[in-house]
Amino acid sequence: MSPPISASISCVLVANRGEIARRVFRTARAMGMRTVAVFVEADRDAPFVEEADVAVRLPDSYLDGEAVIAAAMLAGAHAIHPGYGFLSENAGFARAVVDSGLTWIGPSPDVIESMGDKIAAKRVAVDAGVPTLPSSEDPSDDGKVGYPLLVKASAGGGGKGMRIVQSADELIESVAAAQREALSGFGDDRVFLERYVARSRHVEIQILGDGHGNVVHLGERECSIQRRHQKIIEESPSPIVDPELRAAMGDAALALARAMGYQSAGTVEFLVDDDTREFFFLEVNTRLQVEHPVTEEVTGVDLVREQLRVAAGEPLGYDQSAISWTGHAIEARLYAEDPANDFLPATGTLAAFMPAVEPAVRWDSGVVEGSVIGVDFDPMIAKVVAHGPTRTDAAGRLALALERLHLGGVTTNRDFLAATLRTPEFLAGDTTTDFIERVSPGGDGAAPDSMPCAAVIAAMWVQGANRAADDVWGFAPSNWRNGGLPSERILLGYPGVDEAVTVAYRSRRDGTFMLDSGESVTIHRWSTADIDIEIDRCRCTAAVTRSGDTIHVQSGSTTVSMHIDPRFVIPGTELPPGGLIAPMPGVVLDVRCAPGDTVVAGQVLVVLEAMKMEHHISAPVAGTVTDVPIAIGEQLENGALLLTIDDGSEDV
Amino acid sequence: MNRSLLAPPLTSSLDTHSEQFAQNCADMLEQLHIHDVLLDKAAEGGGEKPMARHRSRGKLPIRERIATVIDPDTPFLEITPLAGYGSQYALGGGMVCGIGIIAGTECVIMGNDPTVAAGALTPYASKKWMRALEIARDNRMPYVSFVESAGGDLRPGGGGAKKSESGDDHGAVGSAVVPAHFAETGRFFYEMTELSKLRIPTVCVVFGSSTAGGAYQPGMSDYNIFIKEQSFAFLAGPPLVKMATGEIADSETIGGAQKHAEVTGLAEYLAEDEMDALRLCREVVSHLNWRKPDAAPTLQSDEPVEDPEELLGLVSRDLRQPVDIRDVISRVVDGSRFEEFKPRYGTTIVCGWAAIHGYPVGVLGNNGVLYPDSSQKAAHFIQLCNKLDIPLVFFQNITGFMVGTDFESDGIIKKGSQMINAVTNSLVPHLTVTIGSSYGAGTYGMSGRAFGNRFTFTWPTAKIAVMGPKQIAGVMSEVRRGQAARKGEEFDEAADAALVAAHEAAHDKGSLALRATGAIADDGILDPRDTRTVLGLCLSVVRNRPIEGAREYGVFRL
Repeated sequence: MSPPISASISCVLVANRGEIARRVFRTARAMGMRTVAVFVEADRDAPFVEEADVAVRLPDSYLDGEAVIAAAMLAGAHAIHPGYGFLSENAGFARAVVDSGLTWIGPSPDVIESMGDKIAAKRVAVDAGVPTLPSSEDPSDDGKVGYPLLVKASAGGGGKGMRIVQSADELIESVAAAQREALSGFGDDRVFLERYVARSRHVEIQILGDGHGNVVHLGERECSIQRRHQKIIEESPSPIVDPELRAAMGDAALALARAMGYQSAGTVEFLVDDDTREFFFLEVNTRLQVEHPVTEEVTGVDLVREQLRVAAGEPLGYDQSAISWTGHAIEARLYAEDPANDFLPATGTLAAFMPAVEPAVRWDSGVVEGSVIGVDFDPMIAKVVAHGPTRTDAAGRLALALERLHLGGVTTNRDFLAATLRTPEFLAGDTTTDFIERVSPGGDGAAPDSMPCAAVIAAMWVQGANRAADDVWGFAPSNWRNGGLPSERILLGYPGVDEAVTVAYRSRRDGTFMLDSGESVTIHRWSTADIDIEIDRCRCTAAVTRSGDTIHVQSGSTTVSMHIDPRFVIPGTELPPGGLIAPMPGVVLDVRCAPGDTVVAGQVLVVLEAMKMEHHISAPVAGTVTDVPIAIGEQLENGALLLTIDDGSEDV
Repeated sequence: MNRSLLAPPLTSSLDTHSEQFAQNCADMLEQLHIHDVLLDKAAEGGGEKPMARHRSRGKLPIRERIATVIDPDTPFLEITPLAGYGSQYALGGGMVCGIGIIAGTECVIMGNDPTVAAGALTPYASKKWMRALEIARDNRMPYVSFVESAGGDLRPGGGGAKKSESGDDHGAVGSAVVPAHFAETGRFFYEMTELSKLRIPTVCVVFGSSTAGGAYQPGMSDYNIFIKEQSFAFLAGPPLVKMATGEIADSETIGGAQKHAEVTGLAEYLAEDEMDALRLCREVVSHLNWRKPDAAPTLQSDEPVEDPEELLGLVSRDLRQPVDIRDVISRVVDGSRFEEFKPRYGTTIVCGWAAIHGYPVGVLGNNGVLYPDSSQKAAHFIQLCNKLDIPLVFFQNITGFMVGTDFESDGIIKKGSQMINAVTNSLVPHLTVTIGSSYGAGTYGMSGRAFGNRFTFTWPTAKIAVMGPKQIAGVMSEVRRGQAARKGEEFDEAADAALVAAHEAAHDKGSLALRATGAIADDGILDPRDTRTVLGLCLSVVRNRPIEGAREYGVFRL
């Protein structure tokens, strides 16, 4: 059944948040439509709420379909675009939208329903003659599948409830864990087994269909670079897909699309064996994908525009022969997460967020400087998309854009992404799904090379800020002296570096500065946002942002965030020696020690839950637990003191 | 938007390519180099060993304490850093004094240097301390003292004296600071108490022992900060207590920080350590609710059109070479703009209106000897500025009032006195910079140190004395010649010539800027290029007190 067609859509509601809401608004506005946002309390100050013509508050959750439909009625929207995630693949919601007389922007509820069940979807694929991986719906039937295998949630997606199992003795535990996660993540604990191809690539075909029986494919995207089973770098075309393979995969996808009577945008996912170039059907995503921009960049097709046109009943108006591909596009997903700590989600306030003017790349982002990255939603900060004549151009441009981004306040995977894009392996197209484990790009988490220079820039910028703030003697030269006082000094600490760096300096009569370390510094221009500075004949302009005692300096290859050691410390406010702090905000699930306990290094002491995942905090050293100021169920801020351990080494 | 002075910029005809200019620059830079070396020496305090010993106790040197307490990157205007120059006492007088910004508030900061004779009070320290108190009182600024002093110097011969810091100066004529009789001492306690009465806050951080006289410093302060296990205050320490009463007790028991915080109430704040004490000091100043009347500059502020670097080459080593004072003014004032008052009358004094860093000023500068007409012009101008509440800046380059029959007939005494009367009774702040000579009554007329200036600074080239060394030596020779004639003795020309040369040399040395600054007869020597900055700082400082010109003067002898 095709959805009802309204002759025109003049007002569209996006049942989503963040970057995808803004992305849909952008095209909708370009097509002359008014835009309606829905939002929950946590997103009250988000840019997408402000950008919409009207924003309607939801009582509780983006998953509350009834409230979303009511919002559309209230604001006079004719159509609902679900974005991705949330209600985007919820057939019941799609049906309710249609039943309310609104236009659903997406494939028909029936198609969503049949493709939503991975087991059912696989059956459709087999019927359509599309190759599939050996699998079993019976989680104990490992014989049929073989090892290594993957336990996957039937209702799942996005890596949740997914486990790799290497041998039979891990199976029972892995199935149980996957079921728990599936239940908490999707409210459905069904899981199935599937053959795991270690050196594989994730390649997906973008399809587009209208209500008049026309389907085209827009080529492939490769999404092989993943961490925690979630994509972080996507590209089109894939370095391993030649025109023949593209045609073969495209034909398979179109066969499936025709079998489904697919309309709107969708994605057929395949696993490609890196050694044999065989491809296996995985699933169909009945929505716009996060990574859709790379397809848009190489084909010049605005997928959201096509979705809106198709939803309004228009025919595509072109066939497969009209689709052509130009150059190469790569997308990197910038996440608030810590690559050095198993990519655990990070939170915080985005104190600095300013892309450089060049290189020109596409920034699809739901945040602005000052946005808070919290625990409520996926911690994606932005999608950065570079398009170039060749893959090498695109990768270089994307890496440079990431490197030149002024970004601070939250731990992110930026350096990791940039390092990945610059590895010889990536540039050679050697991008299998095990890429990160295999190549571990830029992995040691050490302070960047540009650190001492960044410290000087930070010190000099702070100096300028101090002078600008002096409303008594602001007219006088910085640090002016007519007698011998010691040099002005500032101590800057880096995360992971024990000793703070001291920058000591004196001003000179000509307005320049002499560092105690010998360098000569000239400040050509100072502003609240940046500094044009020359350090020993080497001149650069660096964006600088200060947020409390943290200062972020864009160094050209990353943003170096430093802690300004306060000159004075209020006694009693220091972190106690032996203190263990929460690595992220979260809820205390379990406390496995009490004051007086003797613990050994590596022993799990506290379990936190954040982002629906369990995180184990273990003892860094052996010793005696002296204080445990937390309780089960308590919500902790990032950096909160969990407990203190006396390792006997320090005389407290 | 601030208003602008409408006067056009001064144009300078200074030849910066002349040999004389180059020579003047070279001479000035040499003098400045000597000055810098002495400043470095002064900053060493008691020298390497005492400094190392001080640090080994976990204590910060006084200059680090000051650099830490002031707001980061703000200037610090040190007052007489070279006190004691030319004496047997340590350069700086065992004390650091200056004006700095603490928590956004201009404060006078005075601190003992415990590496110099354990911070014992030398005559120079006493005089410097009095100057610090005077600055706080005259300008109404919070007074912050960092106390760590053994008290009065009990050693024979006035004490802290050791070998000369600048040995070759003993023969020089100068006003050395001599130890006062005990009966005359202690005025600083009076002054500190009176600051409090005048609603000028006094904050005292005790960094070490504060004994006997020293104990009254916290005693007379509004706010006291003591440091745990480091600060002590008692009228008598363990040795004297044992001598006086036979009681044997340790310092902590007699007058430790904890005791003063918990038992005696002498300490309001008990700091964990030195850094904590400095933090608390800033905290206290931040609550003082210090407000400056009319603080903001009212006039457009822009850099001088003429290059201040060129100030280096204006004054010759030979002070008889004339300097057009407008060449100084145009390199100091905003936009070089100067509205001259009576430019065609009494031309040996230049008077006029200008701005420095946006602060309006009346400027007086010498372009030669003071004549009867120039004296009257100055007296007139000073009265106008008092009507307008405009601070005065004096650029001294003055050999005195004109002498000779004609000028006496014209009433030089009377008219010069009119100028001195106006200067004396003027109530707007006076800032004086001696750039060249400052001799005789000319010094007084041009608001010398003794005339209640808020601040007095000296260029390295300056010479200050009752008259020029040549004149003094010559006058004394004339006296000797007269004596010989009266006694009918033969005058020994050769011996006299040697004596004249010796006198001239001694007086020349004695009149040097360094000697004046050593005797705390000024607030310090200025690099000429810093003149604008220092005057700006001072003009800000004086605004801690309302600027109100004089309503009345002494009788003008007409």
